[in-house]
Amino acid sequence: MKRIIVNEKWCLGCRLCEYNCAFANSGSIGTTPLDMAKALKDIVINPRIKIEEKDDICFAVSCRHCKEPLCVKSCITGALTRVDGVIRINKEKCVECHTCVLVCPYGAIMPSDEGVMQKCELCVQNTGGEPFCVKGCPNKAIEFKELGGDSV
Amino acid sequence: MKYVIIGNSAAAIGCIEGIRSVDSQGSITVISKETQHTYSRPLISYLLLGKTDSERMKYRSDNFYEENNCTVMFGTEVTKISPDKKEVLLDNGKSVKYDKLLVATGSNPFVPPIEGVSTAKSVHTFMSLDDALALEKDLTPDSRVIILGGGLIGLKCAEGILKSVKKITVIDMADRILPSILDSEGSSIIQKHLESKGIEFLLGNSISKVDGQRAILKSGDIIEFDSLVIAVGVRANTALVAEAGGTVNRGIYTDLSCKTSLHDIYSAGDCSESYDITIGQPRVLALLPNAYMQGEVAGVNMAGGDMLYDHAIPMNAIGFFGLHVISAGSYEGECYTVAEGNNYKKLFYNDNNLFGYILIGEVARAGIYTALIREKTPLDSIDFELIKDKPQLMAFTKKDRAALLIKEALPDNWQ
Ligand SMILES: Cc1cc2nc3c(=O)[nH]c(=O)nc-3n(C[C@H](O)[C@H](O)[C@H](O)COP(=O)(O)OP(=O)(O)OC[C@H]3O[C@@H](n4cnc5c(N)ncnc54)[C@H](O)[C@@H]3O)c2cc1C
Repeated sequence: MKRIIVNEKWCLGCRLCEYNCAFANSGSIGTTPLDMAKALKDIVINPRIKIEEKDDICFAVSCRHCKEPLCVKSCITGALTRVDGVIRINKEKCVECHTCVLVCPYGAIMPSDEGVMQKCELCVQNTGGEPFCVKGCPNKAIEFKELGGDSV
Repeated sequence: MKYVIIGNSAAAIGCIEGIRSVDSQGSITVISKETQHTYSRPLISYLLLGKTDSERMKYRSDNFYEENNCTVMFGTEVTKISPDKKEVLLDNGKSVKYDKLLVATGSNPFVPPIEGVSTAKSVHTFMSLDDALALEKDLTPDSRVIILGGGLIGLKCAEGILKSVKKITVIDMADRILPSILDSEGSSIIQKHLESKGIEFLLGNSISKVDGQRAILKSGDIIEFDSLVIAVGVRANTALVAEAGGTVNRGIYTDLSCKTSLHDIYSAGDCSESYDITIGQPRVLALLPNAYMQGEVAGVNMAGGDMLYDHAIPMNAIGFFGLHVISAGSYEGECYTVAEGNNYKKLFYNDNNLFGYILIGEVARAGIYTALIREKTPLDSIDFELIKDKPQLMAFTKKDRAALLIKEALPDNWQ
């Protein structure tokens, strides 16, 4: 299965991935023209991918779609599931109890602006195809590729 | 292979999914005292709050049993396990044979004897969907409610019903709330927060007698009430295994493969003990993630697979009116504290391991802390000053971080 791979050594810390993520999940995809600046104007973005930055080190962190996902196993409502290798969240079921925040070793699940949790779903829920953070990365620090023959 | 599971909650579901990850053929029979489709027990307070409903609180989809090829006997209680005949007896007089059995009977509310309690007209426990619906039925906007017990269940109940009633008084023998997950400073932050929402606390006190709708307290005070909720604690439901001759301590004894001391009988969830790696001892971890994961390990092993439940730690996420509390591990060793209004952080560690932590308010990315405890990450392999500041992957060395971030993308057989 294709995964998001981050390369710390190529990351410029430009945060375009954060903006592209917010754009992809803003509900404006599919409207024309595709204008990120317009869609995100006056919005404090709350992206599912986040840059960690200190001195000259920076890198992006988003859901790793673990094969033995602690978040899915721990979810008290059954809102988190692993479907075809992608960890999805059912917003109808989530009650924002934060158990997923308690267990995610990457710190990759966070509250959304809608009173439920949010996480990277590899853009399957909005655009399909290549995740927006990957598409918009100017330096190939975030790639979407298959590293080996793991089964779903 | 014939699998039988007693119980139909988190541990049972974990077991079903564990079995099916190994064996798609064997027959699975689930025997459930409760009558509902599997539901999320912690959501009963959210149901009263209106944050979920009977459909959305289902723990698995409607076709879950069908998809996993399970037979479920709802509203049926197992009254006896006969390990020699490898069968369980049911309350309808019938019996069911098993090759492998899981006991996932959960816990029961502990109800202390209170003089005169039968003279009150509305007395409840708060453990099941039926309990929640029965309580809801009794409540009116004029209800004055006493909740006996300032632990997780009592306080979640308080949050769930606060907007539907006139008054809530929480009474607890202890001098602070939530002692199982918080230290005293943490307790007082949450207590103040709950008081600001209108919940009243009488701590270091208890009900010595009930006379109709009057509770006479240990302190001598008398409180009038309309409904009484008893939430002083839970007891592991161990009777079936004890009577069958299995080893039972506080909970049913299980080894790391989740097997009891009895042949072909496994146990998981609130009824059983797991091995807490933070104290190096078995203990009952009555929490949903633990129930699911222990159940899953039991299921895999029942089906002939090989999996150990060897990373168990106490851990908890709970919130009240938007203020979140996340905690994990054991509270011993040195500690590092930062307190600022409703934001509270406490880390417990010794020279080279994080043992436990408490976060209130600012809880983002807490799982990075939990992983340090679960994986027993040596603190000299990370930048502990950065970790003290906040949970972050920046605290790992470049090499460890690269390995961590690529781990899940590598093929299973990667060396
Ligand atoms: C109000 C409330 C809030 C909670 N909040 C949280 C929370 O926020 N986070 C968290 O991690 N945990 C929470 N918990 C705890 C969590 O619900 C339990 O840890 C979890 O449900 C345990 O699952 P289990 O499968 O072990 O057992 P249980 O959920 O207790 O289920 C056991 C089932 O077995 C059935 N049974 C028992 N004996 C028999 C028998 N002889 N024959 C047939 N069936 C039988 C019972 O009827 C029951 O349906 C909360 C609990 C309550 C009550």
